[in-house]
Amino acid sequence: MSEQRKYYKGSSDGKAPSSADPLEGVAERYDAIVIGSGLGGMTAANVLGKAGRRVLLVEQHYNFGGLATWFKRRGGHVFDISLHGFPIGMKKTCRKYWNSAIADSIVQLDGVRFDNPQFCFDTTFTAQDFAHKLETVFGLERARIDAFFAELRATDFYGDSGETTAAFFERHFPGRNDVHRLLMEPISYANGSTLDDPALSYRIVFGNFMSQGVYTFAGGTDQLVKAMKAELERQGVELRNKVQVEKIRVEGGRVTGIEAHGRFIACDAVVSNASLKGTVLGLVGAEHFTPEFAAGVQSVRLNTSSCQVYLGLAKGESIPFVTDLLFTSTRPTFTSEALCDFDGESRTFSFYYPKTRAGLDRYTIVSSTNARWEDWSKLSDAQYDAAKRRLIETTLLELERYVPGVTHKIEHTEAATPRTFQFYTQAPEGTSFGTKFEGLKYSMNIHDEIRGLFHAGSVGIIMSGWLGAANYGVIVANKCDAWLHALLEVHA
Amino acid sequence: MNREEIILAIKDIITTIAPDEDVGSLKNDVRLREQIELDSMDFLDIVMELRKRYGVQVPEEDYKELATLDGCVAYLSPKLQGKVLKVGV
Ligand SMILES: Cc1cc2nc3c(=O)[nH]c(=O)nc-3n(C[C@H](O)[C@H](O)[C@H](O)COP(=O)(O)OP(=O)(O)OC[C@H]3O[C@@H](n4cnc5c(N)ncnc54)[C@H](O)[C@@H]3O)c2cc1C
Repeated sequence: MSEQRKYYKGSSDGKAPSSADPLEGVAERYDAIVIGSGLGGMTAANVLGKAGRRVLLVEQHYNFGGLATWFKRRGGHVFDISLHGFPIGMKKTCRKYWNSAIADSIVQLDGVRFDNPQFCFDTTFTAQDFAHKLETVFGLERARIDAFFAELRATDFYGDSGETTAAFFERHFPGRNDVHRLLMEPISYANGSTLDDPALSYRIVFGNFMSQGVYTFAGGTDQLVKAMKAELERQGVELRNKVQVEKIRVEGGRVTGIEAHGRFIACDAVVSNASLKGTVLGLVGAEHFTPEFAAGVQSVRLNTSSCQVYLGLAKGESIPFVTDLLFTSTRPTFTSEALCDFDGESRTFSFYYPKTRAGLDRYTIVSSTNARWEDWSKLSDAQYDAAKRRLIETTLLELERYVPGVTHKIEHTEAATPRTFQFYTQAPEGTSFGTKFEGLKYSMNIHDEIRGLFHAGSVGIIMSGWLGAANYGVIVANKCDAWLHALLEVHA
Repeated sequence: MNREEIILAIKDIITTIAPDEDVGSLKNDVRLREQIELDSMDFLDIVMELRKRYGVQVPEEDYKELATLDGCVAYLSPKLQGKVLKVGV
């Protein structure tokens, strides 16, 4: 993933930019047009298709999937970007809104490990095991642990006090930085949130994520997206890649269609899976919204971005099973900011063994850290290349601690940074996980501003990650479907 | 649709959403969520299916009316008047 090149040059799948019109065969009008094929957009399109709507899904990239993506490199390497793990809820979501074959390919990770100066252990990543570790490893009283989980279970979206996550932890486990680390680190990696973000969003995500283990898609992201595309086609959804939507057209406070590749395509509803800010301030334009709404969107804070290092073992090389997911850090204590450290002393390793892609018999390792756009955007090209090289080197050194001798088996190394993510997804500042919590209400209320306009995609911390984005796609598809139904009633 | 048909209609929708649940033994006056595993996404599915099968709109503020089967009957009766029961679709 080198963002200086055009997509097709860096890819080894041989796809050159097609000179054909990507909109060839596309109709003049649809019930709904979905902009963007992230898990939010694809799931919304599938639900609308199942509901019998005529749907067009357009994606600017040549791959569908958005951040749920992969790339190939010479030597038979396949790297997954966001397949580290998701909650069990994804199984039910896939069964209901996709199909049972997709749901049945979702399997639990065999191993999750923490290793840092404060603690080191394997965990099943279940509420039960966390409670057990809090008692046996951290020496907390049972009553204190029970009180924490009881409060988590009683989380009430509408009765929120506005407490921060730091305050919530401090109330339950005062002065226990090690406990805060255990409870926060995986969530920070999963959605970019920090101790300063609301306890409410933390509690919702913890309840979903750190409760029944970590799951993955057997076959890899490419197989998942392939299966989803096939299902979309079965539902009659028109799919088009390499289509950059330039404008969402609005007349009289209502969506009329989209503009792309010099064409206007009419529709009664648009579901934008592009970023919230990009949708409101770019695709539609602030002038179409009430000033308060536009200003509100302007002030929504973005989540942080990511750095990744992709390491591919040469064909025929192997490593023993270490674990699947390893949360590692050399920092003595925990702060949220440190997870974005430019010099990355904290990272997660995802180990992909032959079990990931049955039949391929290959090993890859992906290291991920959270990262800030500002740290990477201002570097000169030379500084940028050097920083990427250093990132790869420090990652390899760290990996050697767990898999001695692995460096010699690695044939392909590559790094991605916030610049890379920005380039590929067009998300502002390369944000990996959408917006901070305040973005949610703008995303949810966008239809009150412009009729027929909907937004589905990583937003507000709780609607991010594979499960959050997919479920949000369903929620928004329901609203969109209700709007389309109401229009029909008016006509009739 | 009469009372029995509305209950059948809801139970049939639940079967498609939660195939592992036994809808036969559901009590009419007890909250559905207390009897079977239904989360807020499942309720959304019930609403979407009602729209798809019967053209019935249930606005968000009325979701709470569907908490029990009795509640479903009371709320949906006027909306389903003259509509034909569809099961196993
Ligand atoms: C490094 C990294 C690791 C991650 N790991 C995990 C993980 O292990 N587990 C997990 O659950 N989540 C993970 N996530 C998060 C997860 O991948 C995302 O939250 C989720 O995939 C986002 O889905 P989305 O619907 O918001 O859309 P996105 O994936 O953001 O997709 C939006 C799509 O819209 C397209 N688009 C935008 N503008 C236009 C336009 N104008 N015209 C046409 N198309 C447009 C983009 O090209 C893109 O395809 C990770 C994210 C990152 C960055």
